[in-house]
Amino acid sequence: MSEMPEATAPTDDAGGVQIDLISGERMEGLASMEKIRIILDGVHDGNIVILEEGLTPEEESRLIEVTMTEIDPDGFNGIEIETYPKSDAQDTSLLGRIMGQEDTAKLTVIGPANQIETLHKDETLISALVSRK
Amino acid sequence: MGLLTGLRDSITRATDRLFSAEDPKRIGIYGPPNAGKTTLANRIARDWTGDAIGPESHVPHETRRARRKEGVEIERNGKSVTIDVVDTPGVTTKVDYEEFLEYDMEEEDAVRRSREATEGVAEAMHWLREDVDGVIYVLDSAEDPFTQVNTMLVGIIESRDLPVLIFANKIDLEESNVQRVASAFPQHETVPLSALEGENMDEVYDKIAEYFG
Repeated sequence: MSEMPEATAPTDDAGGVQIDLISGERMEGLASMEKIRIILDGVHDGNIVILEEGLTPEEESRLIEVTMTEIDPDGFNGIEIETYPKSDAQDTSLLGRIMGQEDTAKLTVIGPANQIETLHKDETLISALVSRK
Repeated sequence: MGLLTGLRDSITRATDRLFSAEDPKRIGIYGPPNAGKTTLANRIARDWTGDAIGPESHVPHETRRARRKEGVEIERNGKSVTIDVVDTPGVTTKVDYEEFLEYDMEEEDAVRRSREATEGVAEAMHWLREDVDGVIYVLDSAEDPFTQVNTMLVGIIESRDLPVLIFANKIDLEESNVQRVASAFPQHETVPLSALEGENMDEVYDKIAEYFG
């Protein structure tokens, strides 16, 4: 796994919200669980994680599953995740998927459920309200 | 010798049954919490077997374990199709026990319910990846279908190339908007119904037989 450098996060009392914008290049070559760990570790710290190229459906499925196992009534209550809705034009054919041409590249925003609220979403715009812890 | 031949024949028959195309397909009933999945599962099970599958409730996450009803035989147009109906917990990306307190629940019960709910969602995802042959995706047609959970789940189902029917449930409600559901998932067939009132169940069973038979 490639080293994730320690972000020079401000101390908690600075009161800001950290946003990690993770490039597709950085995620490329990571195993699914490594990607999920990067996302959930960030979210557990109260960060907003933005993935340039998103996750595959399989990885999204595992992200939901792992998120569920980490929900704790005393603290973490899950994630909010947003991607652009798939438009018909992006619908990849079965043949395309068999040929490995599945187009999963879609900007994805993930944050702690109690800190991020989606205000509006359509095929070209995601508008979210982020609050401090 | 006759005994051995008989034994071999019965093993062959058993393996034929195990692997024949006639095997009941496991059809998972998926969707967000409170879409009416268990009401639908119970309606199907009662109509064709006389038994229910599980308790229904307006409190979210009433179903916290996947429940299977085996060998539900549905007769359509002189033919019969047999399916196993799997009722699954509603899928979400967040569970906050405080939401249950709004339903007159003690804190201890709310915390336990939320723990069980998270296990249930994880279980539902596992079934989807490993153990179902087709999906009925149930939505409350009075609610906005353009949610992230719906987008992700339908994407996951599509990525597994599972046959899927979208059921726009609760058409008995005044705010029901079937067209909105159909426009959210134009790549799939949408069937309107009220599982609670039993409306349009003939079409529901026609489509189940057509897609999963």
